[in-house]
Amino acid sequence: MALEVTMPQMGADMTEGTLVRWLKQVGERVERGDIIAEIETDKATVELEAYDGGTLIKQVAAEGEVVPVGDVIALLGEASEAAPDVERKPPAETPARRTIQPAAGETSPASQPGRAREPAPAVVASGAPSNGRIRISPVAKRIANQAGVDIAMLVGSGPDGRILRKDVEAAIASPPAPRETAPAAAPAAASRALTMAAVPVPGPRPAAPAGTAGPEPLSKMRQAIARRMTLSKETQPHYYLTLDVDMTAAMQFRETLNASATDAQHVSVNDLIVKACAIALERHPRFNAEFTEAGLKMHSRINIDIGIALDDGLIAPAVLDCGSKSLGRIAVESKDLVNRAKSGHLRADEYSEGTFTITNLGAYGVEALIGIINPPQAAILGVGSVMDQPVARNGEVKIAKVMKVALSADHRVTDGAEGARFIKEIQGLLENPVSLAL
Amino acid sequence: MVEMRMRDALREALREEMIRNPNVFLMGEDIGAYGGSYAVTKGLLEEFGEHRVRDTPIAESGIIGAGIGAAMGGLHPMVELMTINFSFLALDQIVNSAAKLHHMSNGQINVPLVIRMASGGGSQLAATHSHSLEGLYAHFPGLKVVCPSNPADAKGLLKRAFRDQNTVIFIEHTANYALRGEVPGDVDYLVEFGKANVLREGTDVTIVGYSGSVHQGTRAADMLAAQEEISAEVIDLRTLRPLDIDTVVESVKKTNRAVIVEDDWRFGGFAGELSAQIMERAFDWLDAPVARVCSKDVPLPYNRNLEFATLPSEEDVVDAVLAMF
Repeated sequence: MALEVTMPQMGADMTEGTLVRWLKQVGERVERGDIIAEIETDKATVELEAYDGGTLIKQVAAEGEVVPVGDVIALLGEASEAAPDVERKPPAETPARRTIQPAAGETSPASQPGRAREPAPAVVASGAPSNGRIRISPVAKRIANQAGVDIAMLVGSGPDGRILRKDVEAAIASPPAPRETAPAAAPAAASRALTMAAVPVPGPRPAAPAGTAGPEPLSKMRQAIARRMTLSKETQPHYYLTLDVDMTAAMQFRETLNASATDAQHVSVNDLIVKACAIALERHPRFNAEFTEAGLKMHSRINIDIGIALDDGLIAPAVLDCGSKSLGRIAVESKDLVNRAKSGHLRADEYSEGTFTITNLGAYGVEALIGIINPPQAAILGVGSVMDQPVARNGEVKIAKVMKVALSADHRVTDGAEGARFIKEIQGLLENPVSLAL
Repeated sequence: MVEMRMRDALREALREEMIRNPNVFLMGEDIGAYGGSYAVTKGLLEEFGEHRVRDTPIAESGIIGAGIGAAMGGLHPMVELMTINFSFLALDQIVNSAAKLHHMSNGQINVPLVIRMASGGGSQLAATHSHSLEGLYAHFPGLKVVCPSNPADAKGLLKRAFRDQNTVIFIEHTANYALRGEVPGDVDYLVEFGKANVLREGTDVTIVGYSGSVHQGTRAADMLAAQEEISAEVIDLRTLRPLDIDTVVESVKKTNRAVIVEDDWRFGGFAGELSAQIMERAFDWLDAPVARVCSKDVPLPYNRNLEFATLPSEEDVVDAVLAMF
């Protein structure tokens, strides 16, 4: 009996992946954990591990082929086994996205016999799917499809956040961003993809003004960033807290550490911040949580995403399980993470399992950075450069190494006073850096 | 044009048709000497005589059977059943004979019979005497089901019924009998079957009703316009068989929303049929699920307050509309 190897879902909003390269050929023996292929998502190229052992008896997907999540790409079986035909199943049952989901059993007021007289609230993310589906009326969907509007970007004004005709028409009147024109050849596939909006939908391209070129097409990464940042700002009410951290002691501490460290263990300022955040998150677990309609989802692991700038866009893979890792270990892993991010070889869990994010533009000389929360996380820490600045200490002006940090937090999860305690905790840890070595 | 009540308009239609066609005659309980339970046939016995206006025993199955026989024999009878509630007793004659003879005889037999009956609740006649069975009769192929909402339509549709070679179930809402309206005096004034009437035009929601429920629809449209600035289109179906689904679909394609109002129960009622047809024909134009405003799912109470709480009201229609926005 052949075992099916399917296109995995690597990341909450992945709907399909490209099979870049087969690393195992038909007839080859595969052990559990072997890398059998490379898959490209809209974020990175990742290695596909086998979860079962066996002989590769069929490569269902060809190299370069785009395969929906859940579709069979290979079959494992006995060496002597003949490969059965594989039917491609339609990508209907896409697993629910990890974003906002209404409480189970919620019913629409419109379907209740009683009164629902209150005006529909200006609703939470309705682009936000419930159980993977976006609530949109048939007429709104048809018009969006015809006009090439990405419904995942829309906020519905109807009952339960249903996207109505007028919402789509408003979006057409003021388009959020230009988009690629997909080949008109596969309307069925495109309309299916509409629900997740991972694929650009066919539609009329806005006419370019005379004398200018058309809009520059969006890369998959650009689309993913646009989608996720819009989702964040539309669904997560942010509040912001900033303060200065005196990094004088931390810089000396780092110098001392690095004097006796190998190159691989070399500790960066960011590593100190990752470690400080990991400790602070242990003490303030609500910043390591996720808002759902059903309640707060508290994460047991502390996986800190670090924002890494790439040539076209950025990616924020996670240093996994920071809570239990030493500063030296974090230093080693974060360097490895940056290298693999730039070469496009991240593992799926590294960019889908993050629970908190640090975005640091210190290397670019900016004074302060106020970040947009990386959904569905509860907070992000924005970090500026360490700069020599005059500070008042005990009635005297001194020069200190000052770093501005900014906490952006989801107000549905925490309130300002909690945020203040959390960011003060980070400040205290960094200003007494010996605690980071414990 | 003459202003008159719906019962007078119905009488006008009967009179004109009896004059026009000597084969038209009337049968029913108390329609002659008493003038009809709702005074529709008042004066016709005196004018046309016992030969053409016949009081019958209380025997609904027998009266309908006699009507079917007369129709098969070449006459064009009108049988009045005092109320639609008593038509249960004649259901076998109506469904198994009147509706089917033409088909089962391969077109050799026609049953040009008009069956008039009063329908609807709201008069404290209690559960057994307050039915709205328009949807039940619309269920059977072979019958035409007509349900006017105003005097002019009542006259035009009833006269049209006497030009039909099939059995026509002509249902009159008791709440409409005293309704006044302008009625054309023209003896050739006919209202076609299967042509819905757009009572008012609107842009935001289509409210569909027939017979009595049209009036809840128009009052709701007034409330919506005045209080909510929602523009409702109101459609009177006039006939359920044949059904003018085209007019409804065309309207829904414009407004993207539909609310169906009827006195019948929601479960298995005509509104369910209409709702399904709208979804089949206009799914991609809908901004909300089609809503139905119907009677509560209980036998109609006798108590006046409970009776009105059970029947669909204009407030119910307004609520159903608002839930779509």
